[in-house]
Amino acid sequence: MLLISCPNCGSRDETEFHYGGQAHVPYPENPSGLNDREWAEFLFYRDNTKGIFAERWLHSTGCRQWFNMLRDTVSYDIQSIYPMGAPRPDKAAAAPESGTASTAADSTTTGSAAPSIAATSITSTSTAPSTAPSTTQSGTTAPEGATK
Amino acid sequence: MADLLPEHPDFLWRNPEPKSSYDAVIVGGGGHGLATAYFLAKNHGMTNIAVLEKGWLAGGNMARNTTIIRSNYLWDESAAIYEHALKLWEVLPEELEYDFLFSQRGVMNLAHTLGDVRESIRRVGANKLNGVDAEWLEPDQVKELCPILNISDNIRYPVMGATYQPRAGIAKHDHVAWAFARKCDELGVDIIQNCEVTGFVKDGNRVVGVKTNRGTINTEKVGLCAAGHSSVLAEMAGFRLPIQSHPLQALVSELHEPVHPTVVMSNHVHVYVSQAHKGELVMGAGVDSYNGYGQRGSFHVIEHQMAAAVELFPIFARAHVLRTWGGIVDTTLDASPIVGTTPVENMFVNCGWGTGGFKGTPAAGLTFAHTIATGAPHELNRPFALERFETGALIDEHGAAAVAH
Repeated sequence: MLLISCPNCGSRDETEFHYGGQAHVPYPENPSGLNDREWAEFLFYRDNTKGIFAERWLHSTGCRQWFNMLRDTVSYDIQSIYPMGAPRPDKAAAAPESGTASTAADSTTTGSAAPSIAATSITSTSTAPSTAPSTTQSGTTAPEGATK
Repeated sequence: MADLLPEHPDFLWRNPEPKSSYDAVIVGGGGHGLATAYFLAKNHGMTNIAVLEKGWLAGGNMARNTTIIRSNYLWDESAAIYEHALKLWEVLPEELEYDFLFSQRGVMNLAHTLGDVRESIRRVGANKLNGVDAEWLEPDQVKELCPILNISDNIRYPVMGATYQPRAGIAKHDHVAWAFARKCDELGVDIIQNCEVTGFVKDGNRVVGVKTNRGTINTEKVGLCAAGHSSVLAEMAGFRLPIQSHPLQALVSELHEPVHPTVVMSNHVHVYVSQAHKGELVMGAGVDSYNGYGQRGSFHVIEHQMAAAVELFPIFARAHVLRTWGGIVDTTLDASPIVGTTPVENMFVNCGWGTGGFKGTPAAGLTFAHTIATGAPHELNRPFALERFETGALIDEHGAAAVAH
């Protein structure tokens, strides 16, 4: 059982929490502009990282607040816990944040643009063939700096 | 000391060194990879092929499942492929000349609520229309088939009936793998263990080779059969899969006299139980909620399924857990597999079987081999293409497939 340190309530057993999957996945900035492939990416495609993974958790039987966590998906070691809307701590200092997105709150709570880390993970498909368009290739439907 | 031991019996397959090139390479030496290689060789005459396994043969989910075989799925596409698998299970022991103890002792799916009852009766009807054997049992018939089940109304979720598929059952999973491996080997397939794929060689968008810890192997075609590690391989190849890898745990008790004549699955209180030929009670339930590649999960998941088992089977209260373990299952959001082509030319993928891949082994092998050999899907796996996540033609077996995934 994971021992999870809720930012509001302290260390509690995993059974008090609800898993929310990959963090930093923003709602599309311009939903009506998305094609089928881009909708598929948003609805069904998530990173499935072997290693350090940024994910959301809800303290459902405690403070009922969401928060983010960096966890190793092999050792299950929890590396850091940080608030919704904050950039991913292990990458915050690294890549330059694009536009206004770097300080924006996570769209799952606010509906606004999300941290640019999401763009970083999505554009990792830029090595993929043209049948799997990435954010960079869909620039005509999404304004620069926004994530789809 | 070693010279005092009897001579090792004949090995079932060779352990060849990898050749520099093959007509096709299958990544993953579990049940699905071996079945794919077998059907490639048998049905399509492709014998210059290799199965690469990063660990030991069938040491992943093939060694970790609860061996349940059934085909009572709700939707037409699923019923077709799983029923085809069941028909293959019925002939494979003879075809592979290996008795892997396929025991058609039936599978019962319990209903505990009015919603369950309605869903179950609907599924029995759908199964019958698809030629899948299925019947609805009232509680007294449930008791007759499985006397150790508690059908009284003194439990939180009393048994209100069950669906029953008489042709379903269990098989000895290790022996299934060994049966396929031996036949593959006889047909000339190279099974290469301790050979981990570290990357792919591409010419433009076409895969032309596989990089491994034992050197680069040239190949015309690559088939991925890596279950929980499918996303890792896809990333190496430069595409994404709509897969999330989760730990799925199971457990066995110590050996007991035969007490449990069939297989009982309960979606609602969530446990599935059978008794292995040797005598262990074999149990499983749902995945751990979080993503994980650790082949282990959290104990509360085990605790929960044992509580469900003891409520349904009071006789189990004094049994002891002998062993628990976990595998890494590759789940999709519609709880249906992905078998077909990928965005990379000449690379094919068989994954997303999630918590139910063992039962599908023969059909996965048959259809995936067809897809690899011909470059086009078999009729049975056509609906299970990766493209369905774009077209929206999902095969939503969540809750519909007799047990939650």
